[in-house]
Amino acid sequence: MSKNLGITRRTGLAMALWTGVALTLPMSAQASVSFEGETIEWIIPFSPGGGSDTWARFNAPFLQKYLPGNPTVVVVNEPGGGSTKGANLYAARAKPDGLQLLGTSGSTQFPYLLNDPRVRYDYQDWKVVMASPTGGVVYTTPATGVTAPEEIGKLADQKLTYASQGATSLDLVPLLAFEAMGLDARHVFGFQGRSDGRIAFERGEVNIDYQTSSAYISNVQPLVEAGQAVPLFSWGALDEDGVLVRDPTFPDLPHFGEAYETLTGQPAEGPEFDAYFAFFAAGFPAQKLVVVPSETPDEIVTAYEAAFEAMKADPEYQSAKEAVLGTYEQVTGPQAQTLFERGTTIAPELRDQVVEMLAGEYGVRLGE
Amino acid sequence: MADTLINALATLLTFQHLLYMLLGVSVGLTVGVIPGLGGIAGLSLLVPFLYGMDEVSALAMLIGLVAVIPTSDTFSSVLMGIPGSSASQATVLDGFPLARQGQAARALSAAFVSSMFGGLFGALVLTGFVVIARPLILMFGSAELFMLTLFGLSMVAVLAGRSLAKGLAACVVGLLIGSIGGSPATGEFRMIMGFDYLYDGIPLVVVGLGFFAIPEIADLLRRNAAIAEGNALGSGWGQGLRDWWRNVFLSLRCSGLGCMIGAIPGLGGSVVDWIAYGHAVQSTKTDPKFGQGDIRGVVAPESANNAMQGGALLPTMLFGIPGSGSMAVFLGGMVLLGIEPGPAMVGADLDITYSVIWSLAIANVMGAGICLMLALPIARLTRVPFQVLAPFMIALICFAAFQATRDLADLVALLVLGVLGVLMKRFGWPRPALLIGYVLAPQAETYFYQAVQFYDWGFVTRPGVIILALLTVASVVLGLRNRVDDTGSAGSVEAGGTDRQRLPQVLFAAAIGLFFLWALRDALGHSFLGMIFPASAAVIGLAMIALLLPQLVTAAPGHKARFDAELAVTPDQGLAGMWGGIGWIAALVAGSAVLGFYAALLLFFPAFLLLRARTRLVPAALMTASAAGVVLLLAWALSLNFPYGLAQEHMALPWPFS
Repeated sequence: MSKNLGITRRTGLAMALWTGVALTLPMSAQASVSFEGETIEWIIPFSPGGGSDTWARFNAPFLQKYLPGNPTVVVVNEPGGGSTKGANLYAARAKPDGLQLLGTSGSTQFPYLLNDPRVRYDYQDWKVVMASPTGGVVYTTPATGVTAPEEIGKLADQKLTYASQGATSLDLVPLLAFEAMGLDARHVFGFQGRSDGRIAFERGEVNIDYQTSSAYISNVQPLVEAGQAVPLFSWGALDEDGVLVRDPTFPDLPHFGEAYETLTGQPAEGPEFDAYFAFFAAGFPAQKLVVVPSETPDEIVTAYEAAFEAMKADPEYQSAKEAVLGTYEQVTGPQAQTLFERGTTIAPELRDQVVEMLAGEYGVRLGE
Repeated sequence: MADTLINALATLLTFQHLLYMLLGVSVGLTVGVIPGLGGIAGLSLLVPFLYGMDEVSALAMLIGLVAVIPTSDTFSSVLMGIPGSSASQATVLDGFPLARQGQAARALSAAFVSSMFGGLFGALVLTGFVVIARPLILMFGSAELFMLTLFGLSMVAVLAGRSLAKGLAACVVGLLIGSIGGSPATGEFRMIMGFDYLYDGIPLVVVGLGFFAIPEIADLLRRNAAIAEGNALGSGWGQGLRDWWRNVFLSLRCSGLGCMIGAIPGLGGSVVDWIAYGHAVQSTKTDPKFGQGDIRGVVAPESANNAMQGGALLPTMLFGIPGSGSMAVFLGGMVLLGIEPGPAMVGADLDITYSVIWSLAIANVMGAGICLMLALPIARLTRVPFQVLAPFMIALICFAAFQATRDLADLVALLVLGVLGVLMKRFGWPRPALLIGYVLAPQAETYFYQAVQFYDWGFVTRPGVIILALLTVASVVLGLRNRVDDTGSAGSVEAGGTDRQRLPQVLFAAAIGLFFLWALRDALGHSFLGMIFPASAAVIGLAMIALLLPQLVTAAPGHKARFDAELAVTPDQGLAGMWGGIGWIAALVAGSAVLGFYAALLLFFPAFLLLRARTRLVPAALMTASAAGVVLLLAWALSLNFPYGLAQEHMALPWPFS
């Protein structure tokens, strides 16, 4: 990847400001910015009841509690066009006054990365105030003869079937993963969610699947214990430098890079791996982002960052967060900035490679 | 297990828990009464309360909310002919004619007691099955789900109206509307005509309101009278209770049906009322008056839609798969409470499951009780002159329609489908057949494609598939024997018209044929997997038009295919009257496009009341103020931004004008 991932001027500035805030938490922000009496709209480009909506509704009351001046924080749903509609509206309307936030998801990042014609927003016009990573585990059935993650090589010459929500949905990540690994996987589209795919696995209609961490723990772990499922690898996580590491929730499972090496005998690199990696970053470590327009004054951004940091210490937040966020911690500051850059940039040649592959092998014509 | 069950009840029966449940029930009843609002709006209202609540109270509140929506949504279905939610669409077919005959109270009380019975039945089934349901639910693979959608489509046979060709063509229109947007297999976008709005397809709320509410409003405005003909509210609610008791076995069967369909993930709740209605028609031998005010047409869907909620809780809690729209909301609520659905719900968390079940039972009794008390006073609404009621209803359905995607295009789509609905009503094209096609199109296409992918064509030999196929055939045969005619009293011979008067209906059928041709052309531009479903539907539709057109052109007056309601109206209610109501709705939509919805509403109300209803200035001002207040309160509570008009694009206006 040609993209410079070192510290840019903007990152450096944000980092400096953020450190300053972190040192004097939680009072300093209140001195300069106050949202007293204001209503803050948190735009969620998805319908109520889904993952992003639940995530925002979980965070909103804490934000309200810890933002200076205790403004009213309301979640406003603007669903449509696989989240492109709400993001377009935000790009056209939001002012840099900190009164409107946008909560994006992998489904907002993907069409942007793929140059979907419906996209009229640009992540370069926004800056990140918080990032909420997530992860997941890929597993298979013992009927494939695989009994442990090390035996992933046995999948090499087998016919695999995967229940997918669509080639341009978040399930693009497993699609690119299996493609890079050279697995012979057939993607059957039209599933409504990952839990829908898990049922297909339990019915025996598909033999490879993945679930996000919390769903994996509550729903697949019992299957593993009953001998009906075998974990293969986790997607992994990104450390502070943006390097792929094992998912802290599943320290005993290899991450995708390790599984790739086991399976192919090659180091985890090359154009196919890079293509996978760009979408993996947008889909998991940087899955949910809270952004504001770039011109938003720094004191407002730091007030938000301070509020997000303060909520993490709230006992109520800690007791409820696992069901909503899984085992991952929401991050701000330079860490969020790293994830933001990883999740919203792609080298043009990698994009073309993915778009061509989707068109050639899956007949996907973007936005047509 | 029995211990856990009793303990769960004991825990629930404290003042605090019941109070929270009452809060949930009240919110559920309120959002249920307002067409277009449902569980999703209800959740937005209740989520702020979830924090710091104990699990039992919170679950009681959430279940209270979702359990009673299909109870109170009956009010607008019966009283105004507007489906209160997608679960009550079939209730309109007989409930509204009853209200017009002055028997609103009877229809309502029969509906509420059926709802309560269905709800309790659902809770009972849940108690018995929750522990063993997992393998049963897993038996339904994509092949069986496809057959279930076919079974649902077989209800078209019952609802096809007087002419089978017309009925099937209407169903094809529905299938094609349902396949607008991304194709399930390839993600290609079909029939979008370059509109961003159509990428996701047209939302169910808009389709339901467009085809059922708008034609009714247009019709009522034309008659300029109250909804109820004559003065009497008719035999009150005692009669309704007796009606239910006389049909208790029908109610029981439909509750079972509702529960089963709810429990199978993937079919969706919006078809359960039609299946129950179809079953009622198929199984009735004595004196059927379906479509013209048969109380069994109310009892059946209302029993089923409440029972469905109980069934839908099974996949929601066991697999985290919401069986219906409001279940998606309940699932979100569970996650916010820190409860992760999964096998633990019948293991370590069994107490939570049982408190959900008890909440469901108690909430259904609460909801039905409150509705029964309100039935008589609310039924009086049907005696209010309609032109005074009309602006409220028009505002309400517009407000409801843009809840779907909060876009001005929702209103435009509502208007376009409304015009189509008015014409279908006029020419005797069965709108229920269209709706079934629309609701089941995405499922039929997706599950068929998945079944072929997973099992190849061998899926047709699976035992479950064969059983469901036999059921479907039986349903078609029974259905063709007992077809419902919802064209009402106008469906007499003279409505067929003389030979010279049949031009309009011939033109309409030809226009539908052109729509099929256009859809076929659009389909052929896509890949095989993206094209096969809409293309097949369009070809069937064209075949039906090819059958229908010669009938319309050559058949003698009185032939079952010929129908034009305009020919039966008196001369003083000319064609202008037919479009009057639509004109007012169009004015509100156009006003919203220019000024934004709220400002347009503030102009629309006094204009309608003064010019059309000819009320005096003071009552007009009072009614405008109250409507403006209610809309504002709703918008505020739902943290809703109204769609932008031209004015908002160019200048910053304060809320609610922004």
